Amino acid sequence: MDRRDFLKVAGAAGSGLVAKQATGQESGDRKEFVGVLVDTTRCIGCRACERACSVEHGLYVPDVESDAALEQERTTSERQWTIVNRYETDKGTVFVKKQCMHCWQPACASACLTNAMYKTKDGPVIWLSPKCMGCRFCMVSCPFDIPKFEYHEWNPKIQKCNMCWERLQMGQKPACVEACPTDALMFGNKRELMEIARTRIYRHPEKYVHHIYGEHEVGGTGWLYLAAVPFEQLGFRSDLGTTPYPEYTKQFLVAVPAVFFGLPALLLGLSLLAERKSET
Amino acid sequence: MQHSQTVSELRRFFHFVLSELKPKGNMLTPFNLISIPIMFAGAVILVIRFINGLGAVTNLSQDFPWGLWIGFDVVTGVAFAGGAYVITFVVYVMKVDKYRPIVRATVLSGLLAYIFYAGALFFDLGRPWNIINPIIGNSFGFNSVLFLVAWHFLLYMLTELIEFSPVIAEWLGWRKIQRILKSLTVGAVIFGVTLSTLHQSGLGALFLLAKSKIHPLWYTEFIPILFFVSSIFAGLSLIILEGTLSHRVFKDQIDPHKHGSFEEIVLGLGKGAVISMFAYYFFKAVIFIHEKHWRLITDFWGAWFLLEVIGFVLVPCFLFAYGVRNRSVGIIRLASVLTLVGIVLNRLNTSIIAFNWNAPVRYYPSWMEIVVTLMVLMAEVWVFRWVVNRMPVLGARRQVALQA
Repeated sequence: MDRRDFLKVAGAAGSGLVAKQATGQESGDRKEFVGVLVDTTRCIGCRACERACSVEHGLYVPDVESDAALEQERTTSERQWTIVNRYETDKGTVFVKKQCMHCWQPACASACLTNAMYKTKDGPVIWLSPKCMGCRFCMVSCPFDIPKFEYHEWNPKIQKCNMCWERLQMGQKPACVEACPTDALMFGNKRELMEIARTRIYRHPEKYVHHIYGEHEVGGTGWLYLAAVPFEQLGFRSDLGTTPYPEYTKQFLVAVPAVFFGLPALLLGLSLLAERKSET
Repeated sequence: MQHSQTVSELRRFFHFVLSELKPKGNMLTPFNLISIPIMFAGAVILVIRFINGLGAVTNLSQDFPWGLWIGFDVVTGVAFAGGAYVITFVVYVMKVDKYRPIVRATVLSGLLAYIFYAGALFFDLGRPWNIINPIIGNSFGFNSVLFLVAWHFLLYMLTELIEFSPVIAEWLGWRKIQRILKSLTVGAVIFGVTLSTLHQSGLGALFLLAKSKIHPLWYTEFIPILFFVSSIFAGLSLIILEGTLSHRVFKDQIDPHKHGSFEEIVLGLGKGAVISMFAYYFFKAVIFIHEKHWRLITDFWGAWFLLEVIGFVLVPCFLFAYGVRNRSVGIIRLASVLTLVGIVLNRLNTSIIAFNWNAPVRYYPSWMEIVVTLMVLMAEVWVFRWVVNRMPVLGARRQVALQA
C-alpha cells in the first residue's frame, strides 16, 4: 500500500466514523421514552384492558361481565398486572386503571442488585427472570407498590406490568391500549402525550383538574393521568414528591468510593502513629 | 521418604479433625434439650418453605415483603455483630492492648454472626439459586445499595475469616502458617473496619428508598449514619453480655489472671458505649428538632418513638455512665440489655413496624418464622460452643492437644 492509498483509506474510515457518530447522536436524541395517557373522564369501567392484559400475558383472566370486583378498591396482584377501580366522587363515578407507572427513573431498577428490574431504552420497566434472586427490595422501594411476588411458588416470579414490551418490539401497542373501546388509553411518547393532555385541559378547563399526574411525580412517569377531580380522591398518593427515587440513595453511593479509599489510608496512618507512641 | 511423611502427616490431620468433631462432655444440658427439637422443627419448616414457597410458612404479604427474617436476622443481627470491627480497630489499629484478651472471642462471634445471619438471608430469598448473580459478574447492579451491601457482606466474612485464621492454625498446630496468617491481620482489620463502616450504614441506606412508606419519625436522610453509629454501641453491648455469659459457661478455660482484667475491660467497653450512645442520641434529637417533629409525637407512633429513643437509648446511656463512674459491672450489664432491646426496636421499627405504618393489615411473624429465627440463633451457639471448646479462643489451656 502506498501513501496515497493509505490516506484514502484513512480518510474514508475517518469520515465514516464521523458520519456514524453524527447519525448515532441524532437517533440518540430522537429516542424518547414511550408511555400511555389515561383520561379517566373517558373510562367507562368496562375492564376490557384487564382482560386483554391477562390474556396477553397468560395470567388469571377476570370475569369482566360481573361488576362484583369493583365493589372494593383493589390493587394489582401477582395474578393481574392491571386492574380498574371505581371511585364515587362529587363529580360522579370515576374509573381508574392501575398498573406500573414506568417511572423515568424507577426506584425498583435502582434498588435491584442484579439489574433484573430493568429500565429499557424505550421506556418500559421490565423484569428479567434469570437475573432475579427474589430479594423483594423492588417491592420495598416502589412508591406505587406495583411489583408483586408469588409467595406460593417454589420458583416465584415478580409480577408487574411491562407495558407489553414484547408487543412494542413488534411495532404493536400495549394490549390494554388496543382493547380500550373509548380511547381512554392513548399510547405514544411522553412529549406528544403531554401536548395532548395539556390541549385537553386548555380546551375544557371546566372538565379537568389542572394537574397531569405523572408529569412530575417521582421525577416523571411513563403513564400519565387526566382527571376531573383531585387525584387524592382517586386513590393516588399526592405526597410522593417530584424527586426521582434514585436520588435518595445517590448521596450515599457517591460517598462510598471516598470512604472505601480514604478510610483505609486514615486507619493505616492511625495504626502507624499508635505504633510510634507505644515505642516511646 | 518425604512422601510417606506427608501421608502420615495427612492421616494425623484427619484423625485429629475427626476426633475433634465428636461431641465433648455431657450432651443432656438444658440448652441441648431445648435447642435440638427447635432446630429440628426449623429444618422441617425450611423444607416446606422450599417446596411450597415463602407464603406457606411466613406471614409475608405484598404490603410487607420483608419480615422477621430480614428485619431481625439480617438487619438487627448485623448491628449486633458490630463489636468485631470496633474491638479489632481498638486493638490492632489503636494498639490498645487492654482489650486483646477478648479479641478472639469477639472476632469469632462476629464471623459466626455474619455466616448465620447473612446466611439466613438465603431462606428469605425467593430464588436463592440466583444469589451468585451479583457476584460472578453477569449482572452487576452498580446503582443498587443492596449490591454494595451484598458484596461487603461477602468480603467482610472473608476478612473476618482471615482475622480468625491464626486461631485455626494454632488449633491444627500449623506454626509456620500461623505466623504468615498473623502477618495479614492488621491489613485485614483495616479492610474490615472500612467494609463495616460501609455496610452497617449501607443497611440503613436500603431504607432511604422506602421514603413514602416509613413513618416520618423514623425516616430521615441520615439513616445510614444513625445505623453506623448505633452499630458501635450495639456491638459493645453484645460483647459485654456475651463476655459475661461465656465467662460463666466456659469458666474452666479462662486464664485466672485474665479474669481480673475482665472487669476493667467491661468498664472500658461501657465508656465506649456512653460516648457513642450520647452522640447517637444527640444526633437523633437534632434531626427531631430540625424536622419539626413535635407535632408527630401526640399519637401512638409518637409514644412508641419516645419509648425507643428515651427508654432504650437515653436511659441505658445514663446507666452506662453511672456504671462506669461507680465501677459497677452489674449496672453496665443492665444497660447493655436495655441497649440491645433498643437496637432491636430501632431496626424492627425501621424495617417492619413503622414500615407501611398506615397499612390496613399489619404484619406479625408466624410461629414458623420465629422457630426458624431461633434455629439460626441456636445453630450459631452450637458452632460457637464447638469452636470455643476446641480452639484457643478464650484461654491458652487447650494448646497441648496436638502435640500430645
